[in-house]
Amino acid sequence: MAENANQQEKNESLTRRRFLKNSGIAIGGLAVGGALGSLIPFKDKTDKDGVKTEQKAENYNLALMFFTQQQFRMVEAATERIFPADDNGPGAKDLGVAYFIDHQLSGDWGFNAREYMQPPFFKGEKVQGYQGRLRRREIFDIGLRELQNHSLKKFEKNFIDLDEEQQIEVLTDFAEDKVQLTTISPSGFFNMMRTATLEGAYSDPLYSGNRNMDGWKMRNYPGSQMAYTDVIDQEFKVIAPKSLKDHLGH
Amino acid sequence: MKSVAKKLPKVDVVIVGVGWAGGIIAAELTKQGLNCVGLERGKERKTEDYFMVHDELRYALRYELMQDLSKETITFRGNEKLRALPMRQYGSFILGDNLGGSGVHWNGQTYRFLPYDFEIRSKTIERYGEKKIPKDMTIQDWGITYDELEPYFDKFEKMAGISGEENPLGPKRSSPYPTPPMKTTPALEKFRKAATNLKLHPYNRPSGNLSEAYTNPDGVSRAACQYCAYCERFGCEYGAKADPVVTVIPVAKKTGKFEIRTHSNVRRVLKSGNKATGVMYIDTTTGEEIEQPADIVVLTSYVFNNVRLLLQSGIGRPYNPNSGTGVIGKNYAYQVQKGSATGFFEKEEFNTFAGAGALGMVLDDYNGDNFDHTKLNFIHGGSIAISQTGLRPISNNKVPKGTPTWGKEFKANSVKYANRMLSVGGQGASMPFKHHYLDLDPTYKDEFGDPLVRITFDFEEQDRQLAKYLNERCIEIMKEMGADLVDPFEELGPYDITTYQSTHNTGGVIMGADPDASAVNNYMQMWDAENVFVVGATAFPHNSGYNPTGTVGALAYRAAEGILSYRDKGGILA
Ligand SMILES: Cc1cc2nc3c(=O)[nH]c(=O)nc-3n(C[C@H](O)[C@H](O)[C@H](O)COP(=O)(O)OP(=O)(O)OC[C@H]3O[C@@H](n4cnc5c(N)ncnc54)[C@H](O)[C@@H]3O)c2cc1C
Ligand code: SF4
Repeated sequence: MAENANQQEKNESLTRRRFLKNSGIAIGGLAVGGALGSLIPFKDKTDKDGVKTEQKAENYNLALMFFTQQQFRMVEAATERIFPADDNGPGAKDLGVAYFIDHQLSGDWGFNAREYMQPPFFKGEKVQGYQGRLRRREIFDIGLRELQNHSLKKFEKNFIDLDEEQQIEVLTDFAEDKVQLTTISPSGFFNMMRTATLEGAYSDPLYSGNRNMDGWKMRNYPGSQMAYTDVIDQEFKVIAPKSLKDHLGH
Repeated sequence: MKSVAKKLPKVDVVIVGVGWAGGIIAAELTKQGLNCVGLERGKERKTEDYFMVHDELRYALRYELMQDLSKETITFRGNEKLRALPMRQYGSFILGDNLGGSGVHWNGQTYRFLPYDFEIRSKTIERYGEKKIPKDMTIQDWGITYDELEPYFDKFEKMAGISGEENPLGPKRSSPYPTPPMKTTPALEKFRKAATNLKLHPYNRPSGNLSEAYTNPDGVSRAACQYCAYCERFGCEYGAKADPVVTVIPVAKKTGKFEIRTHSNVRRVLKSGNKATGVMYIDTTTGEEIEQPADIVVLTSYVFNNVRLLLQSGIGRPYNPNSGTGVIGKNYAYQVQKGSATGFFEKEEFNTFAGAGALGMVLDDYNGDNFDHTKLNFIHGGSIAISQTGLRPISNNKVPKGTPTWGKEFKANSVKYANRMLSVGGQGASMPFKHHYLDLDPTYKDEFGDPLVRITFDFEEQDRQLAKYLNERCIEIMKEMGADLVDPFEELGPYDITTYQSTHNTGGVIMGADPDASAVNNYMQMWDAENVFVVGATAFPHNSGYNPTGTVGALAYRAAEGILSYRDKGGILA
């Protein structure tokens, strides 16, 4: 616990020092558990320049790790129907939700890496939860292909070429299990996409969605603040949001 | 299993799992000079790990701090006629892992169970007669009374620095809470006012998030809570949340008598005759099998693994749900969490983005036997509370009933009500039944090839009636709070492992005064193996209308005292 203390002292943090003061912790005594020294995080000396360059740089995140371009455009359209732009603010597309889902599918979540995927696989009761052998990235592959098939069958057009109302109809058929599929549960796929849409709209922009924190701004969510001691007992007030980026090296 | 295990020198005590229960035991025993080894399957943890913790996706939804289910999970079925299937993904509850266990990412809502709880069978019969207890409801007295346990509650609260105020309907306390209650919020005040109007008895929820800087009797200083709103499922970057890693574990370490071995997954308790001789574990960094001999074995590996390790090791009499005989796996219980009410406010916005894990206002008018059950079809009850833990945006998109779950209207309503929604929740007690139990799954295995634990559990008529009753009371309060729209009553339905309810699993190695009906005595000492102590909510014969950890903590202090006197005297403790 104390071994990093020196380094931490050198790399001091104004923000955390201020909170330390506000929190009124006594200095001295047996400060175990890192309650004191550890409040000052690691700060990289070169950070300042780094951050500046980064702000000027292009966003190289806007590329694909998993989807094909066609899949990507379908997801962009489908998630926009789930979470459309309106008077409140941007929809899924402008929030970068499709990039978020693409990036998530290429990692642990897409591979169900931290979930129990051992056989045997049996169909269970609904209350026993997901019992399939397919991983999320496989479900997305199949689900998007079936979304396309259903669009062609119903309207003789690609999903992305349908008008909004038609896209909603196709998605509703999935949400309400009105499509016959043998491989995956249509509503299971739809619900996965719905959940991922909300995650992409409202997770830290670090994950490529919630672009510019616009998802948070739309609902007056302050994002990742260090503390609310000053406002907790007050009436509602809008606070400008912060993201995790603000906590690195400050 | 390889046949030749590396054998280490014997120690006084080996502790399996280092969360709240293991940490408390370690601190108390090492202070008295015993040499303890703590075997923890997960990794080391410290406050500095949480500087990037305000991340809802990573911690709350991808379960960064919890047990990796690809390695180990549980299986579940609603009744004995069904095939149990693995919990492949998290839902109903989430399991702790790594140093500090769930104590790192809990909320800190810290209660004392009611005097009624400890003598539930006697007191129910005394007031309502034996007929009040349905056939197959296996409630039993705990073999200890509230008054006997009071000093241990006091100890836990002082160690953790619990912030609170006297509960107007609460049992006798030997001293006030060590720190004053937390700040309140406009939403909490609304609840207080409404409850007072209804002649109920609200109080600030006892909290493990410190209301002010505090130094505990062990000399541990911690900072005040910052109401950061990333508490439940997150670690505290301030050390303000009572957590074993910032309280009892460093105290044990400081004695020089506590050796923590992380990445050490215990697979068996070893025995000779009816005494344990130590444990066998795997060093998960090398795969090596290691034997750790010890005079005393303490299991503090949470409910599921406490039961699993005993059954796997052939210690104690396995429970038989047909005859009701045997004890290991008996009386698995949970929590009836769904009796709650959601209200929407048109004209007001609340700062519900801010909060703390235990910040809330509670009342016990409908808990335990604080109200007359003569005309009711259930026993016990639940606490009712408004909580302000911080409404994070991915998980909180409540919309009035009837709103579609996606599309234009959903978005508009979810944004509109983001800061205009409050809920009042009932936390109902869970009674044990003959056919609710834990045993070993015949099919599914963990990463080492050992069987998973199998849960057989469903909600009963008792639970449905209780949920309905609490739901109605919550709706009354929500209406009095002035909500423009209150969602109507919803049936409890069957127990569903896919939706989060609470990580309040209890039972399996229950305590009591009768060796035939219980697995451990009131020092958590096994009747069938005197040098094995099993500590945790695993000892609860039923679960109360409260979160469990205050009572887990008290029982752990009690167990530590028992271990010390066993060390001196030996034999079964009276
Ligand atoms: C999100 C969340 C919120 C909660 N909020 C509250 C609350 O507000 N109030 C309340 O009262 N309770 C709350 N709880 C419950 C509370 O966290 C637990 O009751 C408490 O932490 C249990 O402590 P324990 O020591 O018994 O078990 P745990 O904390 O689970 O510790 C068990 C330890 O044993 C280790 N282990 C398991 N098996 C093995 C093995 N085979 N070998 C080696 N090590 C092993 C685990 O890795 C773990 O570290 C909450 C729980 C969760 C998950
Ligand atoms: S709410 Fe308080 S106790 Fe909880 S993590 Fe934040 S600062 Fe720590």
